[in-house]
This record gives sequence, C-alpha cells and structure tokens, in this order.
Amino acid sequence: MSAVLTLATAPALPLHSAGKYVAGAYIVFVALILIYVAIMARRLTKTERDLAELRREVEAAQLHEDPDRDLTGAAR
Amino acid sequence: MPLSTYGRGLRGLSLATIATISLALVLVFFYAPLDADQGFIQKIFYIHVPLAIVSLCGFIFGGVLAIGHLRTGDRRWDMRSYVAIHMALIFGVGALITGSIWAKASWGHWWVWNEPTLVSFLIVVLLFATYQPLRFAIEDPMLQARYASVFAVVAGAFVPLNFMAVRLAQQYVHPRVLTLTGGNLPGSMRLTFLISLVGITLLYVTLWRYEMAAKNARMQVRRLRRSLLGDDAVPGYGRSAAPS
Repeated sequence: MSAVLTLATAPALPLHSAGKYVAGAYIVFVALILIYVAIMARRLTKTERDLAELRREVEAAQLHEDPDRDLTGAAR
Repeated sequence: MPLSTYGRGLRGLSLATIATISLALVLVFFYAPLDADQGFIQKIFYIHVPLAIVSLCGFIFGGVLAIGHLRTGDRRWDMRSYVAIHMALIFGVGALITGSIWAKASWGHWWVWNEPTLVSFLIVVLLFATYQPLRFAIEDPMLQARYASVFAVVAGAFVPLNFMAVRLAQQYVHPRVLTLTGGNLPGSMRLTFLISLVGITLLYVTLWRYEMAAKNARMQVRRLRRSLLGDDAVPGYGRSAAPS
C-alpha cells in the first residue's frame, strides 16, 4: 500500500528533450529481450514438432513390428 | 547433463529476474535522484553500465567454461561456453546501442573515437563477434570445439587485461564513478545501480539456462530418434556454428 502511495505521489518524470533518448535506450533493451524470446519460442515450436513426429514414427515402427499390439496412449 | 538439470528451478529464476528488473525500473525512475550534472539523461547509466559489466563477465565466463572443455574433452563444456559467449555478445550489443544513445544525448555524437572506454569495448565485442564465423569455418565438430575453446580462453583472458589498460589510461571522457575505493555515487544512486546490476545478471543467468535447456532438449530428441529409428532416420546437421 505504501509503495502505491509512493508511486501516486511521485513527481512527474521530466520528459523534456532527454526523455526520448532515455526511452530509446530502455526500448532497445526491451526489444532485444523480446526478439530473443521470440526466436527461442520459434525454436521451441520446432522441437515440439520434432518430438511429435518422432512419437508418430515410433508408433508406426512398433505397429509394423507387432500389428496386434494396442498402442493407445503409448509413447506419450 | 540431463534436461531436467537445466530446466530445474528455471521458473523460480525467471520470476526472480522479472521481480528484480521491475524493482530496478521503479527505483531508477521514482527513487534515484536526478544527476546534478546530466539530469534525466543519466538514467541510461542504470541500464547501460550493468549491460556492459555483465557482457564482459559473460565473455570471461565463456573462457572459464572453455577451460573445462580443454581439460576434459567433454563437449558439453563447449556447449556451455558457446551459449555463454553468445549471450554475452547480445548483452554487449545492447551496451553498445544504449551507450551510443547516451553519447548522442550527452556529448552530441553517436560515437567518440578518442575515448578509450568506448573503443576498447567495441574491440572486445568485435573480437567475440568473430567467434561464430570461426566456428562456422570448421566443419569437423571435434576440431571446431577445440579451436573455439582455445579462442574463448585467449579472448576471455584479453577482457580483464583490456579493462585494466583502459583504467590506467590518462585521457578519457568517460566518468569514473565506480572504483575500488567506493567511487562518487550517492547512496540512493548506488543502491539503484546495484539492484539494476543484480537484475541484469539474473537475466543473463536465466537466458543462459533457458538456451541450454532448449539446446539440450533438441539434442535429446535427435539422440532418441537415432537410438529408436537408427542413424539413417536422423538427417545430418550440416555445417553449423553451434555445437552439435
């Protein structure tokens, strides 16, 4: 609660000519993190796709070896 | 190292990183006083300097991890070193861009070539920017790992030497606010800076572990495919700068 009061009563930031440079520097920082996380998310999607494909291939291989075997829920 | 080791505690670490960086931002904009000389523009200090420090420490960290590879021959150390340098390079680029913005606002120029601190940092970043092309140029994974480790150790040792040489320089424009004797930062600014430094360090560690977990997961999928379906089922990596 005191933290909220502190923020509420804090003076306005002096966003005159220096403001755009400070904002620019912090936006660069956030942008770098976001780009990195986006790249990692894309890689994670690829890994999940590879894993799903692997599961399908394993199931297909096991069915080929033993067609009578029930693989429902296997390799999950 | 199994996947769970890198992934374990990552959620807590991520939350701690977010909390610390959020606290640092609140302190930067609502607690730390305006600098008497530079005014509001000095707020860039709290992001630029921690990024530069963590980047330089990351390069050294990469060199230390590379020693592990050269001593043991275990390529997992090479992977750790590769990720450490890769992350440090990203942080280094962040430090260069934020520093350049600060220079423009403060000195009126995007870059000042006669400033030893700036130029030496650029040299370090450019030196480590050659790390990836070096790896890419070597096709044999074993040779690639060994040469990259030697490079990481030598270049990592260059970082503190370069830093000391710059500190000894007589001519500089960069302010010296952080020294072993305490520097001249007031208490509130020092606290804000330290929280920012901890936040950026946590961010580095979190992203390092995040990337290690991701790389490890991909390698385990490949290994699993190879053991289950045979070598023919796994296409080769092709030439790559990343450890395989």
